[in-house]
Amino acid sequence: MRIRSSRECASLLLIAACIAATFALAYAAHGEGGEPRYFAITNARIIPVSGPAISNGTIVIAKGLIQAVGANVPIPPEAWVIDGKGLTVYPGLTDAGTDLGLPKPEDSAGAVHARKSAVPSEIASGPEDRPGATPWRVAADELKIDDKRLATWRNAGFTSALTLPDGGVFPGQGSLINLAGERAGDFVVKPAAGLSISFKPIGGFFSFPGSPMGTIAYVRQVFIDANWFAQAQPAYDANFTKFERLPYDRTERVVNKSLRSNEIVLLPANTSVQILRALRLADEWRISAVLLGGQQAYAVTDVLALKKTPVLVSLKWPERPKDADPEAEETLRDLRLRDLAPSTPVALTKAGVKFAFYSDGLAAPKDIFKNLRKALDAGLTTDAALRAFTLDAAEILGVSDRLGSLEPGKIANVIVTDGDIFNEKTKVKHAFVDGRWFEVHEEPPPDKTDEKKPERHADFPEADAAVGR
Amino acid sequence: MRHLVPIAIFFTALLAQAPTQAQTPNVILIRNATVLTVTHGTIEHGSILIRDGKIAAVGTDVKAPDGATVIDAAGQFVIPGIIDCHSHIAIDGNVNEGGPAVSSMVNIADVLNPADINIYRDLAGGVTTANILHGSANPIGGQTVVIKLRWGKQASQLPFEGALPGIKFALGENPKHSNFGPPAGTPARYPATRLGVEEVIRQAFTEAREYKKQWDDYNRRKATGEPNLLPPRRDLRLEPLVEVLEGKRFVHAHCYRADEILMLARVAKEFGFKVRTFQHVLEGYKIADEIAVTGVGGSTFSDWWAYKMEAYDAIPYNAALMHERGVLVSINSDSAEEARHLNQEAAKSMKYGDLSANDALKLITLNPAIQLGIDNRAGSIDVGKDADLVIYNHDPLSVYAVVQKTLIDGQVYFDRERDLASRPSLEKEKQALLEKEKKAAAEEKKHDEKPEKKQDQKKKPPKPAESSQVVSGGGR
Repeated sequence: MRIRSSRECASLLLIAACIAATFALAYAAHGEGGEPRYFAITNARIIPVSGPAISNGTIVIAKGLIQAVGANVPIPPEAWVIDGKGLTVYPGLTDAGTDLGLPKPEDSAGAVHARKSAVPSEIASGPEDRPGATPWRVAADELKIDDKRLATWRNAGFTSALTLPDGGVFPGQGSLINLAGERAGDFVVKPAAGLSISFKPIGGFFSFPGSPMGTIAYVRQVFIDANWFAQAQPAYDANFTKFERLPYDRTERVVNKSLRSNEIVLLPANTSVQILRALRLADEWRISAVLLGGQQAYAVTDVLALKKTPVLVSLKWPERPKDADPEAEETLRDLRLRDLAPSTPVALTKAGVKFAFYSDGLAAPKDIFKNLRKALDAGLTTDAALRAFTLDAAEILGVSDRLGSLEPGKIANVIVTDGDIFNEKTKVKHAFVDGRWFEVHEEPPPDKTDEKKPERHADFPEADAAVGR
Repeated sequence: MRHLVPIAIFFTALLAQAPTQAQTPNVILIRNATVLTVTHGTIEHGSILIRDGKIAAVGTDVKAPDGATVIDAAGQFVIPGIIDCHSHIAIDGNVNEGGPAVSSMVNIADVLNPADINIYRDLAGGVTTANILHGSANPIGGQTVVIKLRWGKQASQLPFEGALPGIKFALGENPKHSNFGPPAGTPARYPATRLGVEEVIRQAFTEAREYKKQWDDYNRRKATGEPNLLPPRRDLRLEPLVEVLEGKRFVHAHCYRADEILMLARVAKEFGFKVRTFQHVLEGYKIADEIAVTGVGGSTFSDWWAYKMEAYDAIPYNAALMHERGVLVSINSDSAEEARHLNQEAAKSMKYGDLSANDALKLITLNPAIQLGIDNRAGSIDVGKDADLVIYNHDPLSVYAVVQKTLIDGQVYFDRERDLASRPSLEKEKQALLEKEKKAAAEEKKHDEKPEKKQDQKKKPPKPAESSQVVSGGGR
């Protein structure tokens, strides 16, 4: 029995009939009110990632968690059963670096410095002015759940993402979110999932920091200040009659808290020079660094392995700039980088360096998979790719106890496909986020006469209504 | 740097060499060469034995031990590796942290770019060591580093081991922003006059003294076991200035006019630090005696001037005149291009000022080595020094001289023959990669044009975030 597209159900009556027909076993559960929270996918090929594949098994989802996975597990009576014959069940994928759900930088508080204006909005004369520092911004606090990409990504098999604030040198903290919910708070799995740092100069020639060495010096001073604060605060509190009052500095307080809690620090690094530099700085600053980019990581896998530093690999491979002068001759160095960048994932696998993938601003999930194809062509196995998109991403982001594989007790972020996940022809049929079911619809053919109604086939398909949301 | 606003350099047909991964032979003998030792004359038909990267023997009767690699340099000339006392190569991003009047918190060593093609190009001009300086946008600029041009090595392997770090100071038009200004609507930065430049330096060192006192006081009390001490906050801007006061960091001061040079000499004396080199120092010839008395060096150009008002009163005799009055003089490049013919720049002082050939050669070898405090390891061909050597086909002080090989630590980092021989294969590789890209693009296009049943491409999702870009070395 398959779940039928609920768009076929034209009226409430029909919807009820539809549900009755498709979820015969669930009728009792429905009687409790609300949407179903118990599911069983039977007769399916199951890829738990954490263990061997199960060729014909059942996975039970109960109240947001995975309850059981196996060849022969009992199905709770209240579960809605999906016949998984011919289907494959995977953990939902994670996009380990994106701005899904976040307003454009122009709208956000800390983005003033990110603008490419010739006139800096304020003149900073040194680290003490804290230019471009908003480490207290947490992506979770700024989520706009009307971002249509949330559903687009989910429909493509992504059930969670590390979404990162942008703008400035300390733009804020990335949050790990699940890609569904009714309110912004529903999305958030881990609000402070990574302290973001940018080495891009923001000041131009006339304001600090106006150079990469300036941003490095700045970040260094902030880490020093944060560590100083950790030392100074207790000393002051214990003896405040002896010391001058400590000034309030939000940046050093927040960064201190982030460092104390061992939050990962995301350092952008693409070329081998940038990667080695970031590793040196991470050692110096004694931070749990995770590199963001990794285009040329293939050239320095030995050091990455030695340092045990994970990499979030951008799936936006380097390419000739679109606005490049057609007359300009290419350098061999650039050509080599463009040729070899997609071999980074397989090189990292061979070296035993943990990595995950991120979409890095790619416009649509299909671009993610198209670009992943290049990494697979370069020798990355689909198993390793799947691991990078699931369990390894969860481990790097510190949530592997909750996400990343199909194991009892984990959050039920589950996708069901009609074939191998990275096969171009494969379609995602169902997606479960926090154990809530989303049927994935193909969108109808483009309607050229009706461009004003793009909402029609948008995010929450009528399927949601069908299951009582 | 002479021109304050960095000029982007675009490379055409840049065939980046594969990193030199040549196995270092432990023992090398360069034989049959005219060896210009700089410290003890010229040796005709001389040989240099290199062992483990150091010069092991120099003379006419040095024999190759078993297993030694022999470089026959018959008819060729060997000089110590050229040392460029003022360079801005191998830097990722902006050479200036231009905003603050005191940018001593930034450090060139943080942004060394070992992939900058200028390293290789300068090697081809015989340069083996360079003093990599911050720009001149601030009275007190960023921290600087001396590197060896070890092309193909990592950034961490470039710094000249044991060389004291430096800091850039700048006087005159650049730090007071005379020849350019911020965009309309942005307030002009202090200082705007030479008086202000002096005041900024005084102020910074006054703060540095106070900062040093705080730390000395804290460390003293801590040593007595006093409880509940609050350490002073570390200040990356003042730390290097304290190092200057303690003699642990060299000051390289960009300057032009005689009056400002004397000003800095007075300020340095008052605060008790030494200026290690006056850079550019185009009016040095006017006050050579005063410079000589302060015991600092001058690092100048042969004949480059008039690019701004303060650089007009210059003469090609500057190097020779300062040298005659007892100033330790070097000739520097301040330019990736000029660095490729520093031998000729040095030779000009033979015409303008009648320097001897050896003294001219010293301007780009031993003298800058002394200025950078590395003369125990570089600057001349002496037993025990690093085997940083350049082999020319002609007398290096002639215009016909072309570098044949450049060695650093006894390793060949530039080899003209090898370079020429590698070009066809590099060009072939390049064409193959271009072809491969073209083919892939065509296939992708074909694939995309297939009628697709999927319609999920209808809606264009919001514009993606700013893309990360690969910095691929070079233009700054």
